[in-house]
Amino acid sequence: MKTETFSYLPTFTREQIEKQIQYFLKNNWVVGIEYTSQPNPSLAFWDWWKLPLFSMKSVSEIMAEIEACKANHTNCFIRITSYDNARQTQVMSFVVHRP
Amino acid sequence: MSKAKADTKDEKALFDAGVKEYSAAGRYYYDIGYKPTETQVLAAFRITPQEGVSFEEAAAAVAAESSFSTWTTVWSDYLVDASRYSARTYEMKAVPGHPDQMMAYIAYPLDLFEEGSMGNLMSSLVGNVFGFKPLRALRLEDLYFPPALLSTFQGPPHGIQVERDRMDKYGRPLLGATMKPKLGLSAKNYGRVVYEALRGGLDFTKDDENITSQPFMRWRDRCEFVMSAVKQAEAETGERKGHYLNVTAGDMEEMYARAELAKELGSRIIMVDYLIVGFTAFTSLSKWCRRNGMLLHAHRAMHSVLDRQPNHGINWRVLAKMCRIVGADHLHNGTVVGKLEGDRASTIGINEMMRETRVATVEQCPGHHFDQPWLSMPGMFPVASGGIHVWHMPELVSIFGDEVILQFGGGTVGHPWGSAAGATANRVALEAVIQARNEGRNLLAEGTDILKSAAKHSGELRAAMETWKDITFDYESVDALEKP
Repeated sequence: MKTETFSYLPTFTREQIEKQIQYFLKNNWVVGIEYTSQPNPSLAFWDWWKLPLFSMKSVSEIMAEIEACKANHTNCFIRITSYDNARQTQVMSFVVHRP
Repeated sequence: MSKAKADTKDEKALFDAGVKEYSAAGRYYYDIGYKPTETQVLAAFRITPQEGVSFEEAAAAVAAESSFSTWTTVWSDYLVDASRYSARTYEMKAVPGHPDQMMAYIAYPLDLFEEGSMGNLMSSLVGNVFGFKPLRALRLEDLYFPPALLSTFQGPPHGIQVERDRMDKYGRPLLGATMKPKLGLSAKNYGRVVYEALRGGLDFTKDDENITSQPFMRWRDRCEFVMSAVKQAEAETGERKGHYLNVTAGDMEEMYARAELAKELGSRIIMVDYLIVGFTAFTSLSKWCRRNGMLLHAHRAMHSVLDRQPNHGINWRVLAKMCRIVGADHLHNGTVVGKLEGDRASTIGINEMMRETRVATVEQCPGHHFDQPWLSMPGMFPVASGGIHVWHMPELVSIFGDEVILQFGGGTVGHPWGSAAGATANRVALEAVIQARNEGRNLLAEGTDILKSAAKHSGELRAAMETWKDITFDYESVDALEKP
């Protein structure tokens, strides 16, 4: 099963995920975390892990949230998303954890 | 029976009958230094007069014939306020390297045009005037839509962002392919070609522009097998997919019927040859798409007839701008790197114009003559298609960024292992390039390394790179921007 962006590449290492988050933060995007146990093409909204992380501006804070989400939802798919308030929209989404 | 008629007698003329120069004093057509008002439509025309005709007279003639005037003065002119309805040439510029040409900038009063009718605008601006005898050639190079006119159109039925949300695709260009061969496949075989490409990793597949409902594959059969393919690929991959079902038909009623069937079978997107069907039919279809939640892909078949001559016709940037204003969600533009025509700077300029939602400036859009405010009208996806393959991926991403649809037809179906492998190869290459770009790597300098390293994990990409390693299309562009 594929999960959109980056799902045709080998699973990202921790360092590779950090580099992507760095890119999001550099663009002033707000990073969010979502999870679901049953992804499918018609499912538009996964569950939110907290709110989008509006106040978090460092890679390590966001990585810690991903780890916390994993610990609570081990059997779920977890993706990180980004929102750009200049374009008023979601601009990124990729899966960082598969059950 | 009515007997009313004029009581004409031999006497001196009551108006100055006869042929006057268009640029004559007292007329408005040649008015250098005139300041256009904020509601006027502005046009940049490349004018090549016949020998013996001055630039002034030729430019004035274009302004006159595309607005208010005819070849001779007529008495009924005097019942109208000519100053209100005359277009005015307000600026002339030399064309570097072409002493036989000049660029004429002409302002048109808003009152000349009907709201929301691209056809009406074209009947004036690119109507009879293009066959006018004092001109050897005439080319509409750019067109400015004042907010007062722009806001009478609705633009793309959905636009880039809504499409991303509907398709659930973020942070990368979308990937597509045109199904080949263009003509002759049975509906079931055609559905198979679609299915293979989609399950391999493409987001979209596409009908060719000349496939409609021929004897070898009728519309309903194609639609049904294609939608089976789309749904099966979605279920298998877990990703949203689409196939541009071409609804171009012989008449508008049939286009609606085909669009309705596509909707009934759950298609997310349809397609039309927007220049072939004409701006009025295109406008109707665009409105149908907005009402019915259907994405609209515009193919530009016939554009080269209109835009390829450097001194005559309509520049592609004008046709592209009109397409956005009337409203499609996708429009083919050049690739820069593939087999089709398209000067690099000009292609980039048109992409920027198509995607910008605030003001597309002349600085941002090389080749354009006017800043165009877009009033938040949604942007549309440029489609880069034709002769491109995996080796082009780093350059394509570097030129176009994320907001583009990259279509690899031959580059998918031509893969030695088949189209599913071809699709996977393209998808792996694209994602590897996006990952690298986000990591801050230089795509042009490191492109080969990025692809080679991605190919270590993908046999499909390795085979594609081997197949197309020596293919380039390096002809001089016919319609390049002038070097200043």
